[in-house]
Amino acid sequence: MSNGFSGRFRGMAPAMRGFCLFVVCLAPAGVALAEAITVVSWGGSYARACQQAYHESFTAETGIEILLEDYNGGLAQIRAQVDAGAVHWDVVDLEMPDGWLACQEGLIELLEVTELPAGVNGEAPEDDYPGEYVTECGSGVTFYSTVFAYNSNYLTGPPPQTVADFFDLEKFPGRRGMRRSPFVNLEFALLADGVAPDRIYSVLATSEGVDRAFAKLDTIKDQVVWWEAGAQPPQLLADGEVIMSTAYNGRIFNAQVLENQPFVIVWDGQALDSGFLAIVAGTPRYEAARQFVQFANRPESIANISKYISYGPVRRSPRALVDSHLATGVKMQPHMPTSPENLTRAVRLDWRWWSENRDDIYERFSAWLAR
Amino acid sequence: MKRILHLSATAPRLGALALVLPLLAFVTVSFVIPLGTLLGKSAYQPEVARVLPQTIAELREWTGDGLPSEDAFAAMARELTALGENRPELARVSGAINRVQSGMRGVLNRTARRLARTGQAGSWRATLTGIDSSWEEPATWLAIREAGARFTLRHYLHALDLEQRSGGGIAPKAADERVYTPLMWRTLLVSLGVTLLCLAIGYPIAYMIAASPPARGRILLLLVLVPFWTSLLVRTTAWIVLLQRQGVINGFLVSLGLVPDDGRLQMIYNMTGTFVAMTHVLLPFMVLPLYSVMRSIPKSHMAAAVSLGAAPLQAFRRVYLPQTLPGIGAGSLLVFILAIGYYITPALVGGRTGELISSQIAYHVQTSLNWGLAAALSSILLVAVTVLYLVYSRAIGIERMRLG
Repeated sequence: MSNGFSGRFRGMAPAMRGFCLFVVCLAPAGVALAEAITVVSWGGSYARACQQAYHESFTAETGIEILLEDYNGGLAQIRAQVDAGAVHWDVVDLEMPDGWLACQEGLIELLEVTELPAGVNGEAPEDDYPGEYVTECGSGVTFYSTVFAYNSNYLTGPPPQTVADFFDLEKFPGRRGMRRSPFVNLEFALLADGVAPDRIYSVLATSEGVDRAFAKLDTIKDQVVWWEAGAQPPQLLADGEVIMSTAYNGRIFNAQVLENQPFVIVWDGQALDSGFLAIVAGTPRYEAARQFVQFANRPESIANISKYISYGPVRRSPRALVDSHLATGVKMQPHMPTSPENLTRAVRLDWRWWSENRDDIYERFSAWLAR
Repeated sequence: MKRILHLSATAPRLGALALVLPLLAFVTVSFVIPLGTLLGKSAYQPEVARVLPQTIAELREWTGDGLPSEDAFAAMARELTALGENRPELARVSGAINRVQSGMRGVLNRTARRLARTGQAGSWRATLTGIDSSWEEPATWLAIREAGARFTLRHYLHALDLEQRSGGGIAPKAADERVYTPLMWRTLLVSLGVTLLCLAIGYPIAYMIAASPPARGRILLLLVLVPFWTSLLVRTTAWIVLLQRQGVINGFLVSLGLVPDDGRLQMIYNMTGTFVAMTHVLLPFMVLPLYSVMRSIPKSHMAAAVSLGAAPLQAFRRVYLPQTLPGIGAGSLLVFILAIGYYITPALVGGRTGELISSQIAYHVQTSLNWGLAAALSSILLVAVTVLYLVYSRAIGIERMRLG
C-alpha cells in the first residue's frame, strides 16, 4: 500500500512530495490516537443523565470518545445523511414511532437481538425485554411516560384519581393542558370513555373507534390549553393556568423534587413510551457504534440512568437495581413509570399502530383542532 | 481599431464577472440548487418507477376495472422477490406506495418476506392473494400504479385539499376534512394583520426616534434594538407571563376592580396572543427601515408646507407621508414575509386556533418524511408570496423601497 502510494507521487516537485509524505505520516497517527463516535440525543437533563450514567464509563472501558450532539427528534437529518451517503451521526436516540419508521425506511442498521448483553442474573436478552420492545429494529432502553398531574395548591377539593376524572368537567371544572398532538390523547380519551387499557388499540383499529375517541375529546375541547414543548405543562400548573395537565413524568418529577412544587401525578392510565438507540445505516464507524449500543443496553448502564432522572428500565432485570436520586437522595421506586403500583392501569403506546396510521390521524387531528 | 476598442471594453467586463463569480457560485450552490431540488420533489418521484419497472409497465396496460392480468401479478412477485435482498430499496418503495394508500407498507414488506421464503405456489395471482388478501383489491393496484408515475400532481392536490374522484375529475374535500387551505388563508390573514399592526405602532415610534435630538434618539433606538437581540423564545415566554389568566396584566386589572376575579380576560392561547406576540417580535423590522428613511427627510419640508398654509394634518399627508413610502414599503414587505414563515411563536401562544402553515411543513419534513407534500406546500407558499410581491412592487415601486 505505501509503495504504491509513494510511487504515485514520484513525479512531483520535492517540496510537494515532502508535504504529501508529511500528511500521509500524520493522518493514521491522528486516527489511532482517539477513535470517536457521534451520539445524538435529546439534550437537557436526559442527555446529561445518560452521559453520567454510562457514556463516561464506556469511554473509560473502550477508549472510544463520544461526541454528544443534541437534536429535537424527527428523521429529516438522518434521511438527508443516508441519502447523500455522508453519514456523520453514528448513533441516534430515537422515539419509538420515529425508530420504527426509520427501520421501515432503511435508515438504521438492524439489531441482532441475541447479541444484546444478558440480564442481571444472566437472563437471555429476548426474555429480559417485554416482547414488543426488542425487535430487529431496536431495543427499548428506558421507559418514560405521559401522565396527568395537578397542582395541589389550586386543586383543593377531593383529588382526581382516574383518567375519567380528567375528562369530567362537572366534578373538576376548569381548564386542562394537553399536548397539541393526537399522540396519547386518543388513548386517554378512550380510557376515559371506559375502554380497558389492553383493548385500546383494537378499538382504535376501526374507524368507529377513532370517531369515538374524537367524540370524547370534543367534550372538553373548549377547556383545553394545548401545549407544544415538554417544559410548558409544569409552568402551566405552577401558574394556575390549568387545573390539571398531561405531562412527561420526568418533568413533573423534576419540578417536585428540585423546585418543591406541590404537584401530584395521577398514574392511572399512564402512557408508557420508550425510545431506542439506533445505528445510522452505512456509518463508517459501525463497529464502534455497535459496541456503544451494546454497552448502553447493559443492565447496570440502564439502572444507572435512574440516579439522575425518573425514567425506568425497559428490561425487567435491572428494575430491582433502581435506588435513589443522586442529587436529592429521594427514593426513586415510587416515581418510576415501571414500579408495579404505577403499572396497574398503564397503556403501552403501540408504535406499530401509530407508524401505520399516524399521517392520517395527524391530518384528522389538525382539521379537528382548527374547527 | 474597432477590434482594439471592443477588446478594451470586454476586459473590464470580464474582470467584473470574475469578481462576481464567487458570489454567483455561492448563491447557486447554497440557494438555487437546494430550492430547485426541493421544488422538484413536489412533482417528480422516480423511485417506484425505477425499482418496479416491469410491474408499472404491466399496470399501464390495465384498464383499472377489476384485477390486473396474471402478467402484472408475476412481474410484481418477481420484482418483490428481487427486492427482498435489498432492504433500503424495498423500504424506499414501500414508503412511497404507503403514502398513496396507508397500510401498503405492511402489505409489501410482508409479501416480500414470504415470497423469499416460500416462492411460487400455483399461479402468481393465487400466490400473492394467499399471502395477503389486499392483492385481491383493485385499490391496491391503483395505488401502486399511481405511485409509479414519475411525474405527479398528487402532492399539489393533497396540499390544496383536493381529491381525485373515483370516476375521474377533481373535487374539493368535505369542509371538515380540509387541513391545508384553511391554514394557508389563516397564515396570509394573520401575516397581513401583523404587518398592519406593526405599521400602526412602528410608524409613530420611528418618527419619534427620527425627530428626537441625537442623544435621546440613540437611547430610543437602543430600546427598539434590545428586544431584537433577545432570544425569540425568551420574548415569547415573557408575553405568556404578562398575558395569561394569572398573569401580570390580569392581576393588575383585578386589583383595580375593573375585571372580576372569576372573569379574568383570555388574552393568550388564542388569536389575541398570536397577534400580540408576533407584532412585538417583528416590530424592529418595521421600525428600522422607517427610521432610516425618516432621518433623511429634512425638517424644513414640513415647516415649508405649514408656512405655505397647509394644516398640520394636510402637510403630513401630502408632504411627509409620501416621502416615507419607501420605508413603509420595505418595512411592510420584511414583516409580511417573515410573518408568513413563522411558527414557533404562534405554536407557543396561539393555542388551538393559532397554528400556521409552516408547522405543517415542518411536520412533513421532520416527522412524517413526506418530503413531496412538504415541497408542494412550500412551493404553493412561495408562489403566493411571489404573486403578492409582484402586485405589491407594481403598486409601490420596488426601486423606491429602502431597506435601511
